[in-house]
Amino acid sequence: MLGEGIAKGLVETARNFIGSYFSKNRLTTVQYPEERLPQIEATRDFPFLVYDGDDWQAGMRCVGCQICEKECPPKCIYIEKSKDKKPDAVGKLQFYPAVFNIDVSVCMSCQICVEVCPFEAIKMDTEFELSTDNRFGGLLWDKARLSKPNAYYGKVHPTDAAASDALLAEEKAKVEAKAKAAGETKTNSELTSPPLATSGATSKQ
Amino acid sequence: MGETADQLFVTLQHWLVGYAPASLRSILSALLSVIAILVVFALLFAITTVLERKGLGRIQNRYGPNRVGPFGFLQPIADGIKSLTKEDIVPRAADKVVHFLAPVVLVIAAFSLYAVLPIGRNMVLANLDAGVLFFFAISSVMELTIFMAGWSSRNKYSLLGAMRAIAQMISYEVPLILAAVTVIMATGSLSTVTIVERQAGYTGILPHWFVFTPWGFAGFVLFMIAATAESNRSPFDLPEGESEIIAGYYTEYSGFKFALFFLGEYLGMFAISGLGITLFLGGWAAPLSFLTWIPSYLWFFAKLLVMISAFIWVRGTLPRLRMDQLMNFAWRFMLPMALLNLVTAGVWRFLPQGLLRWFVCALLVVVPYVLLGRGLAQGWRLEKRVYRFAE
Repeated sequence: MLGEGIAKGLVETARNFIGSYFSKNRLTTVQYPEERLPQIEATRDFPFLVYDGDDWQAGMRCVGCQICEKECPPKCIYIEKSKDKKPDAVGKLQFYPAVFNIDVSVCMSCQICVEVCPFEAIKMDTEFELSTDNRFGGLLWDKARLSKPNAYYGKVHPTDAAASDALLAEEKAKVEAKAKAAGETKTNSELTSPPLATSGATSKQ
Repeated sequence: MGETADQLFVTLQHWLVGYAPASLRSILSALLSVIAILVVFALLFAITTVLERKGLGRIQNRYGPNRVGPFGFLQPIADGIKSLTKEDIVPRAADKVVHFLAPVVLVIAAFSLYAVLPIGRNMVLANLDAGVLFFFAISSVMELTIFMAGWSSRNKYSLLGAMRAIAQMISYEVPLILAAVTVIMATGSLSTVTIVERQAGYTGILPHWFVFTPWGFAGFVLFMIAATAESNRSPFDLPEGESEIIAGYYTEYSGFKFALFFLGEYLGMFAISGLGITLFLGGWAAPLSFLTWIPSYLWFFAKLLVMISAFIWVRGTLPRLRMDQLMNFAWRFMLPMALLNLVTAGVWRFLPQGLLRWFVCALLVVVPYVLLGRGLAQGWRLEKRVYRFAE
């Protein structure tokens, strides 16, 4: 009979209406600023620069090699290489980026910079509350803003950070073994450790 | 005690008017009533927007607005400030005068409707002898403003929306008025005040509302369906049809003019619900004889809130009709039902009181309902339309 379907529909909506006051399961909305869902581990948005130790300038892993700048598809990274060298975390003399800017309004979060970096220096961040009232300066992040400690990386991406740490430790051990094998003959010709060939090679294709 | 509370506002008005010189008294009295109507119904509009959003939210298992103020009840203030600070854009090709006039005339017409609604005992702005006629005359001005808005915007979507609105409103005006005519037949008066007074009596504890008669019930349902269509509310919101034609006739309106359209639409809905209450639900009369101590205006607003909730409930339930469904429903179901209902009301009037009258009239309502409903469901199917010139 005419109207049967309408009556059924009205009953259903009434059930929803009343049910939403009694059953918490019905209301799936997360009240965002007060409540938050836990982030999944693979979350990523914009890159940051990793540093070891406590001082971000002394411990910066980036050596200003500009590979990421060249690989970045939307060209959102701008690097000026330093003229001088300074010791890195292990005490070896390295170049460092005098200027390292990322325009996050251009960045498309593709993670290619992370793939190509031979020094485990640039990683993806998970922080997403980034709104700003200044659309030029506020979205162009400099070196100081981008730098975050390795411990932070361990916190946001534990699995990836563990792999990265293991890789670096292996690298370091290899360098130390080489230095030991070279004996007492001091050669300072090797400035940089050999790049991590695997990640660099795959992204080139 | 009950009497003073009931007549509180009437006495207050008389007392205030008493201070004015005799020559100004009638104007001042009318002015006070107008101000009261403007304030009360604008406030009701604000409350309804937030209630509607919360109600729809709950129907869809959401929270609805809950950020501004306690439980989100200050949301209308935020909305008002927002619409006031927005830029008022008028299209270059628009007919500027008509474009400006449309929302203004709409709101004026919507407020004029309240002139004849008895909100409480002795609480009516103008007790016109032809109150119901006045109401329908003014409500057709609202149709005109919608067409003004659509035409003056110089926008195809606006014009489409306006065309739909005119087609829909003219179609549904017929059953709306025919449904109201039954009450006029029963009371023999076009005055809203008289109509309410006729329903204010009680048999035992039960009221004499027209909705509790077979023809009254059918008339009430027909009236409210047509009223939904007249006030452009879902499921009859084709003129706006945001998923099809952007925002229909008010596509080209922004800022406070848009808010005025919104206001006018809601005021129209309240007014036509108010008329439905006046005609069928006993106006300000209490539903049971021992509840008459509660002031009459409270009963009117309680009934109005129930009607508004029903509107929200229906909006949360039904999807929008298609144009052909809309027209079929109006002309092939509503109109014959309304015409037959006139006959039913006449039969009810001339049969002696008793069970026989109830039986005959109930039969006169139910049988056509079933038959017409069946006809509506199976009598037609979609065919491929053949065009003579476009193909």
